[in-house]
Amino acid sequence: MSESRFQPLLLLRALFRPLDPALLLVLGLLLGYGYVLMMSASTERLETLQLHFVIAIVTMWAVALVPPKQLLKLAVPMYLGGVVLLVGVVLFGEVSKGAQRWLDLGVMRIQPSELMKIAVPLMLAWFFQVREGVTRWPEFMVAMMLLLIPLGLIVVQPDLGTSLLVSACGLYVIFFAGLSWKLIVPVVLIGVIGIGAIVGFGDTLCQPEVDWQILREYQKQRVCTLLDPTQDPLGKGFHIIQSTIAIGSGGVFGKGWMAGTQTHLAFIPERHTDFIFSVLAEEFGLIGALVLLILYTLLIIRGFTIAAMAPTLASRLLAGALTMIFFTYAFVNMGMVSGILPVVGVPLPFISYGGTALVTLCIAIGILMSIERSRIAAKE
Amino acid sequence: MKKPGAVTFNHNPLLAKGLPVSRPRLVLIGLLLGSITLVARAAYLQGFNNDFLKAKGESRYARVIEIPATRGRITDRNGDIMAVSTPVSSIWAIPPDAKLTPSDTRQLAGLLEMEVEDVSRRLATQGDFVYLKRQLSPDIARRIAELKLPGIHQQREYRRYYPSGEVMAHVLGFTGIDDKGQEGVELAFEGDLAGQPGSRRVIRDRRGQIVEDVESIRGPRDGQDVALAIDVKLQYLAHTALQQAIETHKAKAGAIVVLDVRSGEVLALVNAPTFNPNNRANLSGAQLRNRVLTDIYEPGSTMKPFIAALALERGFVKAETVINTDPGRITIGRATISDVKRHGPLTVAQVIQKSSNVGTVRMAQHFAPDEMWRMFDSLGFGSPLGLGFPGEVGGRLRAAKTWKPIEQATMSFGHGISATLMQMAHAYLVFARDGELLPLTLTRVSETPTGAKQVFSVATARKMREILELATGPGGTAPKAQVPGYRVAGKTGTAHKLEGGRYTNKYISSFVGFAPVSDPRIVVAVMIDEPTAGKHYGGTVAAPVFSRVTEGALRALGVAPDAPLVPLQVAGGNGEKRETPRGNM
Repeated sequence: MSESRFQPLLLLRALFRPLDPALLLVLGLLLGYGYVLMMSASTERLETLQLHFVIAIVTMWAVALVPPKQLLKLAVPMYLGGVVLLVGVVLFGEVSKGAQRWLDLGVMRIQPSELMKIAVPLMLAWFFQVREGVTRWPEFMVAMMLLLIPLGLIVVQPDLGTSLLVSACGLYVIFFAGLSWKLIVPVVLIGVIGIGAIVGFGDTLCQPEVDWQILREYQKQRVCTLLDPTQDPLGKGFHIIQSTIAIGSGGVFGKGWMAGTQTHLAFIPERHTDFIFSVLAEEFGLIGALVLLILYTLLIIRGFTIAAMAPTLASRLLAGALTMIFFTYAFVNMGMVSGILPVVGVPLPFISYGGTALVTLCIAIGILMSIERSRIAAKE
Repeated sequence: MKKPGAVTFNHNPLLAKGLPVSRPRLVLIGLLLGSITLVARAAYLQGFNNDFLKAKGESRYARVIEIPATRGRITDRNGDIMAVSTPVSSIWAIPPDAKLTPSDTRQLAGLLEMEVEDVSRRLATQGDFVYLKRQLSPDIARRIAELKLPGIHQQREYRRYYPSGEVMAHVLGFTGIDDKGQEGVELAFEGDLAGQPGSRRVIRDRRGQIVEDVESIRGPRDGQDVALAIDVKLQYLAHTALQQAIETHKAKAGAIVVLDVRSGEVLALVNAPTFNPNNRANLSGAQLRNRVLTDIYEPGSTMKPFIAALALERGFVKAETVINTDPGRITIGRATISDVKRHGPLTVAQVIQKSSNVGTVRMAQHFAPDEMWRMFDSLGFGSPLGLGFPGEVGGRLRAAKTWKPIEQATMSFGHGISATLMQMAHAYLVFARDGELLPLTLTRVSETPTGAKQVFSVATARKMREILELATGPGGTAPKAQVPGYRVAGKTGTAHKLEGGRYTNKYISSFVGFAPVSDPRIVVAVMIDEPTAGKHYGGTVAAPVFSRVTEGALRALGVAPDAPLVPLQVAGGNGEKRETPRGNM
């Protein structure tokens, strides 16, 4: 390569150097897919969506440039800052759609709980790194505390979807770090028994006079609605029924792009955000859904490869947890839209409309890229 | 992680021994299970349960809607429009969608001409549908549409409009808010007017708005137009004359009928009090009554000519036969019937001209009850005319074998028997038409209807015309019925009203007649209910109205005059002065 003649190309190479080609390709395909869907679901949002793409990709690129060591140094300030902002939300937050999630900083409105999806796994990875892989009871107790403090602040907003995701990222890190089976097995057992009981005795438990103690009334109703959406087909069951119909009426090959009747006749609620999967399934059918699943699978495989090859404990835990988060996002969203999980506000990763969520996800991709780059750098 | 040598962080004890292999493997199994669940669910929904959900989806947007048919128009005999459906819009809302700012609501209320609170209250109702206001003009509807308010929708409808207003109110009746006939011709001819709504299959979105037209299943068939026999010029004339008479005589109510002698068509039918069919707020029952067809009354002296005709027909009297009415009263059983004054010996013609009760009773006594009953029956008394009009009644004619002699006697001068004004006008057709009775029709007919029946002989009818002309001449009861330029004939009636089985000192003044006598073209019947301004005789209250209507009608119809344009007798002859409250002229 003669330096003087290929100057522009070199610049481009320098620009792309921090980016992992495989992740970039899958990300590009996902965003493209999302754009095509948005053209059908909500044309008036396309311009904003393009802006989101630019912001998210620039952020990803910037994060990918930062070596993991530097990122980990940011863990403590980011975590503490996030907790402070969450406290701020509880005290001064704006109420929107019945929940207090937003904080108006004057220049912009942010959703600090979104930040915690990155800050919590980063903090925990940093913590285990500092303890140098010592994973005894006290470490786990501290780790649990680090997870529970922000989680509690998010639960009170209330934001079921985000608290689910934040606790998932935290627990993945703790799990990968080697949490004792003695602790995992009972928790899993209680969960399985609990879900089994709800499904088995749903009719009795969903009677209005039954109080579920730990869950709020609306949360109980979401679970009950899932078990039998036809109880209130025009009210609480409306989302699930309409989206199930949309998915089912798509069939194997779908009704064709822009031709989804449920979508275009406004029967699907929140069709550009949480319920965009039903638009996809209606218009592109089973084939379209499988294509999306394959894209997610490729993303997850690449994420785990990076995790497995990661040079440090912290980066390995972080990469593993973030990859699992992609899966959790996708699984919970598709599960709720297709009627196997209760409706909690979890978007479809990289596809649903929503700037903050997209930036968060791209930060996660950026971290994965940064970790991968550190391995290559270490090898060289 | 199989190559720790390549990593510089090998002082990390965990890395040195490697991560527990079981955990990532477990996670991978979890991932696999999750993905399988999702794929299985998608395959179930899209592959197996597919038909059911497809149908469900379709049932959510495909709808069959009704395309309203335009209701037929009603015209008068000359094609002038009497009732027409004009397109209007109804404004309705989906309350949960209608999130209006206070200024929006104010603007909307202003256009709807409603109170702001009223609009807000309607928008706050539960459910997904509420009418804000129905039947607005297209112009207002367009301005509301331009506001582009969320959740406010419009629905196209038709509203019935009656250009002739209160003049035709009772004939036409009206339609309800759903464009179905509720009264009058609108109800009587509902089957012809209504038409057949069509239907279309359309696609609607969640808010019920039509997104796409799929197919037309059946086109709407518009209602047929109905051409009435009514001539709006005569109708207007009768309406004005009646209103004026009601005012002059401070009467409670009144009615006029004009019939075409040649075809049996109803040329005019008016009632007072009336109403404006275009604005039916605050209507009273009295205003709505179509007295001509739905109210029966005791016709009084207007019945007498039929008795005279039957007597002539039977041949036991001639017009010149003298009947002694002295001493001005006649006793039947324990009851006494009297004339208003002693007339002394009167010819049959004079009995009618001067309206003698005694003379009429003497003639009636020659008939068997059955014979009299058959005449009444063949004249159409006792059963409805069958015009198809809602609420039409037939009056009372009791079976002949229940008649007592006194009843037969009073029936001869129109008491103890009741009829509608339309029936009286109808029966007078026999005199105007050479003894023939025609069925009546509310709609225009092009040829003389069949079903005419001969009740009296031609000779009898012609003789009766002469006799009835005398009643409007000098020495008759109704010189005020005269029309300059035309020969007219008719009979007055002044009947006491029957209330709760007793006769009261309230009157119904009437006049039934026809013109021109040389070749009758129209029958005109006038009834004024409870005149209270001092006068109450048929000759002073009803006869002038007859004169006015007949004059205008004959001129409007272009009938050639058959008399010199000089009044035969100055109005106010001696005939009427002799009536007393109990008299039956």
